[in-house]
Amino acid sequence: MKILVSISKTPDTTAKIAFTDNNTKFATDGVQWIINPYDEWYALVRAIELKEKDPSVSVHLINVGGADAEPILRKALALGGDEAIRVNTEGNDSYYIASQIAFVAKEGTYDLVLTGKETIDFNGSSIGGMLAEMLDLPFVSLATSLEISGITATVKREIEGGEESIHADLPLVVSCQKGMAEARIPNMRGIMSARTKPLKVVEPVAAENLTSIKSFELPPAKAGVKLVSADDAGELVRLLHEEAKSF
Amino acid sequence: MSVLIYIDHADGQVKKVSHEALSYGAALAKAIGTTAEGLVLGKTSGDLAVLGIYGITKVHQVTHANLDQVDAQVFAALIADAAIAVNASVVIFSNNINGKAIAPRVSVRLKAGLVSGAVSLPDLTNGFVVRKSVFSGKAFARVEINTPIKVIAVNPNAYPVHTLEGQAEVVALDLQPRDSRIKVTATNKISGKVPLSEADLVVSAGRGLKGPENWGMVEELAELLGAATACSRPVADAHWRPHHEHVGQTGLAIAPNLYIAIGISGAIQHLAGVNRSKVIVVINKDPEAPFFKAADYGIVGDAFEVVPKIITAVRKLKGIA
Ligand SMILES: Cc1cc2nc3c(=O)[nH]c(=O)nc-3n(C[C@H](O)[C@H](O)[C@H](O)COP(=O)(O)OP(=O)(O)OC[C@H]3O[C@@H](n4cnc5c(N)ncnc54)[C@H](O)[C@@H]3O)c2cc1C
Ligand SMILES: Nc1ncnc2c1ncn2[C@@H]1O[C@H](COP(=O)(O)O)[C@@H](O)[C@H]1O
Repeated sequence: MKILVSISKTPDTTAKIAFTDNNTKFATDGVQWIINPYDEWYALVRAIELKEKDPSVSVHLINVGGADAEPILRKALALGGDEAIRVNTEGNDSYYIASQIAFVAKEGTYDLVLTGKETIDFNGSSIGGMLAEMLDLPFVSLATSLEISGITATVKREIEGGEESIHADLPLVVSCQKGMAEARIPNMRGIMSARTKPLKVVEPVAAENLTSIKSFELPPAKAGVKLVSADDAGELVRLLHEEAKSF
Repeated sequence: MSVLIYIDHADGQVKKVSHEALSYGAALAKAIGTTAEGLVLGKTSGDLAVLGIYGITKVHQVTHANLDQVDAQVFAALIADAAIAVNASVVIFSNNINGKAIAPRVSVRLKAGLVSGAVSLPDLTNGFVVRKSVFSGKAFARVEINTPIKVIAVNPNAYPVHTLEGQAEVVALDLQPRDSRIKVTATNKISGKVPLSEADLVVSAGRGLKGPENWGMVEELAELLGAATACSRPVADAHWRPHHEHVGQTGLAIAPNLYIAIGISGAIQHLAGVNRSKVIVVINKDPEAPFFKAADYGIVGDAFEVVPKIITAVRKLKGIA
């Protein structure tokens, strides 16, 4: 079985969010880059677990991005991926990125494509669904567990107010979130072997950008907290009821 | 031309987030001088004509046994066909769980640019520019859609519901869904409780509560208010509370009207999931807790003393002995 895991590069969760160039670009000064947590902790680790259970499984990684994404791809290889593919182009239109991943996924005839639930910077939660449509495959979103038996996948996924179990035949696209696996840290052997694992760079295929980012804005600062004395909880309830009209 | 709004429903009822999407679609249709029409896939109970109060003129409906389970692939194909049938120039979704699965597929089928997580109506002064939430609620991006047909998925709780007088005409749309390639084998809903993702009011607690045995007062306050309960990540990780209650960067992102945080420090990753709440109340014994910077109201004090007092005050307000 061949699994393709899509790996995106995002600013560290504590990064300061600021913009430059007349608010058209994210200010990258001093920003640490990480693997998008959903891609790493859930999609990638689950793929590695499946490989640990069945050594015939191979796990390939794909990133659409510039050379500055290579450190995070090396880390993903150190965690246990077999081979990484970087499509050498930058872009922030979901359709454009999904088109690149779809092309590689088709060429490589993968049985399973795993994505994260969403990127923590763009919050599109779009690429998994787009990819599935481009590949004409079913898409199970927000999966919290995934088991494979032969050619059948059993997936649990979040629905509003609960969970749903799904059976589907491979090939399949699944977006992963919490529950799917536990975060790991790479060990020394992984880090050493990652240095010699293949990291292929391919050029992008022609694809359209259907959207473009014009500018960014920060939300207005909060007016400041109104403190109520601990002895006067009734006053808080009154304020919430009469002033904020929360209930 | 028209604006087509996908109407999501569960257990026969149209979801609240769809009322928001309908209001958004109707306002957009007015701005571009066309009509807003709704689309329902599958069976619902009750009269769909009443959805006219949100400003739509028609509700198209497709009923078929294949639509009893939500398969994004089947639904997206039908919605794209419907969009063509009604000559839609914009297709609107709620950016809820189903919307997130279906809208991207519709975008590909129609080759229509998608903005998901929209928080306000498009700016039409120069092109078609939609504001969306990015960086987990810490910023907004203004995104231009460059295609003739557009797809927008509107964030829950971001756009207010408007109602007026009016009835929509309900029309059966003659489209055939394809067969699904997935099978839902079990559905497990936590009954009786308000689902967190849909909740207007949320009472949440963190490690400051010391242990799972102390959640009684959190549940009591939530029940009194008709609120859902939530928690910080370490609390879910320690299995003090179920995982589906975990909010934040790596958990659920919510935007209720009221978020009450008890014994939660307000780490940046926690704030990422709750900073779109309209009103934030923080109860923490440490006046330096970072959460106070993001709060609208706060009490510096011991949760074990303050929360019972709040419960008493809410009971009094609601006239419950
Ligand atoms: C990549 C990454 C992703 C993360 N994602 C998330 C996420 O999605 N969600 C999330 O919540 N966290 C997340 N975290 C963890 C986050 O950084 C914090 O560690 C976590 O939110 C802290 O939880 P807490 O506030 O419950 O606990 P603590 O930080 O231990 O805070 C407890 C608070 O309770 C107060 N307190 C103690 N006793 C009392 C009392 N008797 N009365 C009143 N107040 C009291 C204390 O003053 C303190 O402020 C993430 C971290 C990383 C690195
Ligand atoms: N540039 C990229 N390269 C590879 N995978 C990506 C890229 N951007 C997004 N993805 C994948 O698509 C998922 C959803 O992204 P998004 O639709 O942007 O929220 C992410 O969790 C990644 O798995």
